[in-house]
Amino acid sequence: MTLTAPVSGLGRLALAALRGIGRIALFAARGLFAVPDPREFLRQLVQIGWLSLPVVGLTALFTGAALALQMYSGGERFAAGDVMPAVVAIGMARELGPVLGGLMVAARVASSIAAEIGTMRVTEQIDALVTLSANPIHHLVTPRIWAAILAVPMLVGVGDVIGIMGGWIVGTQSLGFTSAAYINGSWSFLESWDVISGLLKGAVFGLIVALSGCWFGMNAGRGAAGVGRATKYAVVVAAVGIFAANFVLTGLFFA
Amino acid sequence: MTPVLETRALTKSFGAQKVLNGVDLAVAPGESLVVIGQSGTGKSVLLKCILGLESPDAGQVLWQGQPLNAARRPAFLDGFGMLFQGAALFDSLTVWQNVAFRLRRSHGDRRAREIAIEKLARVGLGPEVADLHPAALSGGMAKRAGLARAIAADPKVIFFDEPTTGLDPIRAARINALIRDIVTETGASAITITHDMTTVRSVGDRVAMLAEGRVWWQGDVSAMDAATEPHLYNFIRGIWQA
Repeated sequence: MTLTAPVSGLGRLALAALRGIGRIALFAARGLFAVPDPREFLRQLVQIGWLSLPVVGLTALFTGAALALQMYSGGERFAAGDVMPAVVAIGMARELGPVLGGLMVAARVASSIAAEIGTMRVTEQIDALVTLSANPIHHLVTPRIWAAILAVPMLVGVGDVIGIMGGWIVGTQSLGFTSAAYINGSWSFLESWDVISGLLKGAVFGLIVALSGCWFGMNAGRGAAGVGRATKYAVVVAAVGIFAANFVLTGLFFA
Repeated sequence: MTPVLETRALTKSFGAQKVLNGVDLAVAPGESLVVIGQSGTGKSVLLKCILGLESPDAGQVLWQGQPLNAARRPAFLDGFGMLFQGAALFDSLTVWQNVAFRLRRSHGDRRAREIAIEKLARVGLGPEVADLHPAALSGGMAKRAGLARAIAADPKVIFFDEPTTGLDPIRAARINALIRDIVTETGASAITITHDMTTVRSVGDRVAMLAEGRVWWQGDVSAMDAATEPHLYNFIRGIWQA
């Protein structure tokens, strides 16, 4: 082994990583810059948006309620329990709504996209699309990506409202807030940018979720094991991607 | 006569494994060519190279005498149909939507559905099947629905990839008869990939023996049994040689 072997190994790794990033970027660009098939787009909007509503809503409800309990008991240590409704509203809109909503969608949607497309790959359905003069990227990837980019911010918006409602239930039922005081407390400190930034995060998270599901599905290995691996990687990469993107976006929006 | 499809010295490797090693084949207009060979000899890779699903390392695919490149492929595919080994019906669509997949873009749903039901009838499936999803079909029904999809747009070239795999002898015979009738009726050129000798004799005009990545023998199906080429001789008779 020569002294340069570790360096050349690192170089090979870096080149492989750059090639991978380039391939994913091209894949994303080909998926994004095409007109989605309207039927498939609507079907995906229902799959990704409407059918994720229960899980995102329940997550937001319990998160808002728990956050209210935490913020009230923490705030009481320095006589600031009254700001709890504002903290819940800002926390849900800026951070917890988009991140937890995105994660729940990643768990539900990235896995389902990867499994569906991966199964299509191993059962030759994607080859069949090509023989039927349909571009698999335009037919499978574009509608999913655009549906997710549109649906996840909507889910985040609904999740924000439900999360604040969760806080309101706890605040009014067990922490002694009146309904009017809680609502006033929530709205008085909430700024439009708090909400808009969360929705923008949701759009980026939607892109990450759909892209991850489509990429791993389209590149699934053979057989059930290949589809299983694709599904697992799709969820893991989407979840890590959401956390990383959240950090970058929070820095961009609020630093 | 210019062949409809031709491969010249087609070569394809996966890593160190050379799957195709200079494959020369030609299909004349209206001819039914059957490519036979053991499992793993590159038959499906050959089809994928012709379709552009795999890029050959060397060699050429010609369509109507001209290279079948990316620019000409859409026109080729417009007149092409394929029956896949596992039928490859789209799970999310009903049977008629599968059959009419290409037609829905050009004919609208109502007319496309009518044509789909006609094509389903042609392969022996009734209209009651039209609204089922592929998961509700048996293997034989799925193959027939796949065949209906392959012929839905009246293609000039049809590929059949292992059309009888997984079917019992009676259903296999029905599929073979359907393929033969359809190829004769439509005048389409056909390439069938199989290792089923009954299929070879039922659907083929000509046969090509693929082994070790190249064609060792090709000729009329009627001349096949008298051939002495060792790969073909052993294959027909099921003689194993290490």
